[in-house]
Amino acid sequence: MVTWLQEKWFYVVIMALALIVPFFVPNRYIFQIIIMSCLFAIGALSLNLILGYTGQASLAHGAFFGIGAYGVAILTTTLGWSFWAALPVAALSSAFLGLIVGIPALRTRGAYFAIATLCLGEIVVLVAGNWTGLTGGQNGIVGIKPPDAIPIPMIGEISFQSQTSQYYLVLAFLLLTIFIMHRLVYSLKGLTFMAIRNNEVLAEAVGINTTKAKLLSFVVANFFAGMAGGIYASLISSISPSVASLKITFDFLLYVLLGGAASLAGPILGAFALPVLMEYLQFLHGYQMIVFGVLLVVVIIYCPRGLMGGITNLLAKINNKRMGS
Amino acid sequence: MDLFLQQIFNGVMLGSTYAIVALGLTLVYGILQIPNFAHGHMYMLGAYVCFFLITVVAIPYWPAVAVTAAFMAGGGVVLEWLAYRPLRHESPINSLIAALGALIVLENGVIALWGPQGHRIGNPFPAVFDVLGITMSGQRLLVIVIGVALMLLLQLFIKKTTLGSTIEAVAQNQEGAMLVGINVNLVSSLTFAISTGLAAVAACLVAPIFMISPSMGAMLGMKAFIICILGGLGSVPGAIFGGLILGLIEALGGGYISSAYKDVFAFGALVLILAIKPTGLFGKEVQGRW
Repeated sequence: MVTWLQEKWFYVVIMALALIVPFFVPNRYIFQIIIMSCLFAIGALSLNLILGYTGQASLAHGAFFGIGAYGVAILTTTLGWSFWAALPVAALSSAFLGLIVGIPALRTRGAYFAIATLCLGEIVVLVAGNWTGLTGGQNGIVGIKPPDAIPIPMIGEISFQSQTSQYYLVLAFLLLTIFIMHRLVYSLKGLTFMAIRNNEVLAEAVGINTTKAKLLSFVVANFFAGMAGGIYASLISSISPSVASLKITFDFLLYVLLGGAASLAGPILGAFALPVLMEYLQFLHGYQMIVFGVLLVVVIIYCPRGLMGGITNLLAKINNKRMGS
Repeated sequence: MDLFLQQIFNGVMLGSTYAIVALGLTLVYGILQIPNFAHGHMYMLGAYVCFFLITVVAIPYWPAVAVTAAFMAGGGVVLEWLAYRPLRHESPINSLIAALGALIVLENGVIALWGPQGHRIGNPFPAVFDVLGITMSGQRLLVIVIGVALMLLLQLFIKKTTLGSTIEAVAQNQEGAMLVGINVNLVSSLTFAISTGLAAVAACLVAPIFMISPSMGAMLGMKAFIICILGGLGSVPGAIFGGLILGLIEALGGGYISSAYKDVFAFGALVLILAIKPTGLFGKEVQGRW
């Protein structure tokens, strides 16, 4: 087994690198991509919980991201709430909606669950596009404020106008997500989720309440999806129904599966690797997406467990060689 | 009453195309247990190939349909061989990623070749009939007639020919089929050829009625999936009934209730049906990989 991937110092180095990133970014454009990658990593991590660990392919993840985004947008613009009050409410609404739709949807299995959630996601997009009074219809909501400044006695306040401060904000939320996912996945609950993924009938037979466990995983995943969406709305300042679309779901899905499902590092790796790859493909102009599509197929054929799986395999091979010689 | 009959007619027309596309999808699922999310995009490519043949190569409508069907059947075989076969023993969710890759290539390939804007194929049967107060255009009648004929032919092929029986055998039990000497690879290719060929014919038939565009595949592919799930994945009668039901819901919902929310009703109906019967209307207990 590869040792340095499990060593603490490795993660300390990564953390230190993440903290000094703002001093090394060449321009605002790249910085924005990094910030968005951190944000989408939160969404990918939460999809990973329900998809990677619990084995339920939710295709409504983008919709819950969108619900969080609309939640923050509506609460801060129409009702004039502070971002810090709106964000938890939006994330909780997303989780609550997950609970309501999860009860009937989780009765289905496999592809049926995927399609049921796909339909639920489409309903969210259609409602967002047509309920003009609440959501602004196809035009969406514009002029969403960046997160309100946090006052600190004696020193002043932390404002979130600059990219650097927004980066640290998103990084903090990403770390929070990683922390909670880590605690959850390595707990008894996490083992329950994986038991359901590996064999639901067997899990039920050994006395696991699979419906309840799946529901918990779904609700927690949707809470974090909503949270990511809420932060997204606040940073990007205008949203439209496309924020809840299937495209967002597919992006998350690609991050998780190409990065490596059922690992904590995989989805984060995916959320950074794919946007970087897209940037490198820019020179292809109109043919960029075609090459991207081909790469997807090739990567999934040669690294069926994603990039993380590929890296682990490669390191294991190198290790074996070294042992052998 | 006239409006009602008219909407029923339109619903049956829509439903026939949905059913043909969904049939292909359900066949593939029955054999390979993979969700071929690129199916709608193969349908879209079929419409463009037909458009190319009619406008650039300048051959008449019927030969164009035949050539398109044959070409796209080959395309289906290539898709299975390149994207799905290497993943057969992996988790089906990986096939989903391969399908996403394939549909990105197809959609953007078509955009690169023909541009993102819509195109129109001239209507080969502009005649309009008036029956019982319903206006029926020749092309729409044709869609229904050919749709029903294709469904019957497919059913006959599967039930009455040896080649068709191999498809059913592999769908029922892959290992058992291998034991009696059926070449599963060949059957997979055959199934993809039939599935994609059917979708291409459906695309050629409706292309003169609706505009063709690179994004037409995504929505149809999704609806075909909904239909298969509604009827039960892998079930042929399920796909046919599911297609007709969805076509009618859309036509009647669009005619009588708000047209902006008609898809909400269609999707909502599906979620409701699944909540009551989690394996679809005609589906058996899910045993499979996904």
